Amino acid sequence: MDHHFRRQDMSLDRLISALSAQIPPERLLQQRSQIAPYESDALTSLRERPGAVFLAASQEEVIDAVRLCHAHRVPFVARGSGTSLSGGSLPIENGIVIALNRLNRIIMLDPQQRLAVVEPGVINLDVSRAAAPHGLYYAPDPSSQLICTIGGNVAFNSGGAHCLKYGMTANHVLGIKAVLPDGEVVQLGGFSLESSGPDLTGFFVGSEGLFGIALEITLRLLSKPEAYRTILASYDSLAAAGQAVSDVVAAGLLPGAMEIMDRLAIEAAEASVNAGYPRDAAALLIVELEGEAVEVDAEFAHLRRVIEGSGASEIRVAADEAERARIWKGRKGAFSAVGRLSPNYIVQDGVVPRSKLGEALQRIEALSAAYGTRVANVFHAGDGNLHPLILYDGRVPGALERAEELAGEIIHMCIELGGSITGEHGVGMEKRHHMPAMFLPGDLALMSAVRRAVDPLELANRGKMFPAAQAPVTAGGQAHAQSVTGHG
Amino acid sequence: MADRLAPIAVEHAAQVQEAVRAFDRVTVRGGGTKPAMALAPLHSPAQPLDLHGLRGIIEYEPQEYTFTARAGTPLAEVNDLLAANGQYLPFDPVLVEAGATLGGTVASGLSGSGRLRYGGVRDFILGVRFVDGSGAIVQGGGKVVKNAAGFDFPKLLTGSMGRLGVIVEVSFKVFPAPPAYRSLFVRYPNIQPALEAVYALTTQPVDLVALDLLPGGAGEGWTLALRIGGAEALLASRLDRLQRLLTAGDAMSSLAGDDEARFWRDAAEFTWTPAGSTLIKVPLTPAQIAALESRLAATTAPRRYAVAGNVLWIAWPHTLTTLEAVLIELGLAGVVVRGQATVPWIGHAPASAFTRRIKAALDPHDKFPPFFPD
Repeated sequence: MDHHFRRQDMSLDRLISALSAQIPPERLLQQRSQIAPYESDALTSLRERPGAVFLAASQEEVIDAVRLCHAHRVPFVARGSGTSLSGGSLPIENGIVIALNRLNRIIMLDPQQRLAVVEPGVINLDVSRAAAPHGLYYAPDPSSQLICTIGGNVAFNSGGAHCLKYGMTANHVLGIKAVLPDGEVVQLGGFSLESSGPDLTGFFVGSEGLFGIALEITLRLLSKPEAYRTILASYDSLAAAGQAVSDVVAAGLLPGAMEIMDRLAIEAAEASVNAGYPRDAAALLIVELEGEAVEVDAEFAHLRRVIEGSGASEIRVAADEAERARIWKGRKGAFSAVGRLSPNYIVQDGVVPRSKLGEALQRIEALSAAYGTRVANVFHAGDGNLHPLILYDGRVPGALERAEELAGEIIHMCIELGGSITGEHGVGMEKRHHMPAMFLPGDLALMSAVRRAVDPLELANRGKMFPAAQAPVTAGGQAHAQSVTGHG
Repeated sequence: MADRLAPIAVEHAAQVQEAVRAFDRVTVRGGGTKPAMALAPLHSPAQPLDLHGLRGIIEYEPQEYTFTARAGTPLAEVNDLLAANGQYLPFDPVLVEAGATLGGTVASGLSGSGRLRYGGVRDFILGVRFVDGSGAIVQGGGKVVKNAAGFDFPKLLTGSMGRLGVIVEVSFKVFPAPPAYRSLFVRYPNIQPALEAVYALTTQPVDLVALDLLPGGAGEGWTLALRIGGAEALLASRLDRLQRLLTAGDAMSSLAGDDEARFWRDAAEFTWTPAGSTLIKVPLTPAQIAALESRLAATTAPRRYAVAGNVLWIAWPHTLTTLEAVLIELGLAGVVVRGQATVPWIGHAPASAFTRRIKAALDPHDKFPPFFPD
């Protein structure tokens, strides 16, 4: 270990001198106080101090920095706004952070062809804001869309509340110009909705930064729906709300969003943004239809009948855009609102088949009781994507470990029920040790082979996604030897 | 030239593994509806694997909007089962009646005109099991509608044309099917006003299932074909609205019922391509169509621009050299679906540095045909 760290330190020193020759000091942060904000992302239980933080100001600077990292064999982590809930942008000791927020140009917006080309530091919501005057919008809407960046969305294939109908980030990215971990620049995909050959763009999205850094991203825009109808229903139990979701699906409806919040989440949202939710409900269901006005009106009548027959104790319909916005404000602010209930929390992101929602929620309730740990539930019910928020107090010794253990049990339950360990937050650091529970050794071995073929030195976001047992250093060494023979 | 090797009929995934380990070169065949896409270089004879016997739907939960089936399962069987439950594959698979299989549909990456509304094959595939070039079985993705764990092999295998692995099983997302459809046809004297109509429509908040542009018949003008779907009772008023959105005075006609369904089925089956022609798909954008058409003016090759001008389907009657030159000049690349070709690629070769690295990882011994000829 020791000799390895010394070698890395020397590499880092050489990299920093090389960067210093090109970059003004105010954009190459090295002092501890300057670096501190970058030691963690939204998974605050993990911290790591990087060797330096480079605030890149142009695509060329990013390419140069990646080439220098490669030349000096220093690992790098690309970072946007640091909203990853899976520790996806956790720095690497003796590596550098390449901060991309200043690459925030919307390079092109073509309303006729419904396209936008953006740099990775562009904020998610800013794409929709720029497209709005043309009657267009960018569909993926993670709860953090006010601050999260498109680069991070691409790296982790972010979702949001509208995934059942519209898909995730990958379904809205048509092309990517990227710098690979050895500094080679490639263009994947293009402007067309269709492509020829393997879907490399789709493969790059969600690769968690392991394939390099996206520099320009071509996004598909959609026409803003003409009409929305939003319904808010209260239930006496989570199971009843879950059953209502099944009823809506069985009715052949395809809502843009179906979200559930439990009592604890309702309480937090009310305390935080005063969304006007019924406070006595055990569970709230939000269902939203959108599309052409005549269609939405007809479907809404159908939806209303289904919800009325689902045993809801109260039904509210958003009368206007302001009321709709208020309902969504409470939902989208729920994660941060839960921060008012507890000093710390872990957000889980498992997925279960929709028909198993009720069973999953009951088991989470039982686990919460068994652990004596409060769990708030806010989730994308339409696609079975759970977001249990496990509350703990980090100042209490052992509390974090207990919360993590509970989180692990929930993840295993998701796999057992035929789902996934992550719906939209990615594996990152947080769930890498659960990968062997979801994939067989052969599946992981091929992922690892792909990683090494793209990045033999494993410099790009080293340590993420793969279980720690597949440690990068030894694997990287072997892979490098292979690549020398393999690629000539 | 060596005699072609007799195909091995595969009924179990393990047979694919054995074959990949046993033979130096392997190609895959499903329903045989897109033969050009599986082409291997003539100088390295490959053992064909026939997967049409590796069939059957393994899981289908209508309430989950998902199903899992073996690669050789005919699309027709899948469509029938989904239709019986009021559901469908929104990417509008092509060559279904011709016998296309699920695995071939994924490997070809082809979607039909109806992909305009919700997306293509890549947007609906959830999971894939495949045999890689070392003969290992690999699972990527999952069976649930939302999943972000691990590298997205399902998308990578989409459009891989048998060059990265042999797909043995796939999982898909499905949607409730529109109960009824209507189509509107609008004639334009030339392509420019037709393209302007495409732009006008795609920026309106109207839900179009399909929007195709095709030659107007008798070599004159262009016709815009619009399809809407949904509740029967609303279709007439929605169609009226579309007519009002389009320039007054354009010659219009509409279709409903069996005739309407037949029009789009014919599009998906490519019944409009003459015998002996070579069918090619060229992804592009509507802004590139005028330049391409000016170069194709001398040809009568049947063609249509589908998906709001995002893909050209063309049935080329001659050798491909002229078309290739045009595509290269415009920076376009296409794939050959069937007909006379020695490689499935035509035009401006897409950037391959990333492809080469991925290919080296999945197929280290070059068991499958190369993406690009030497």
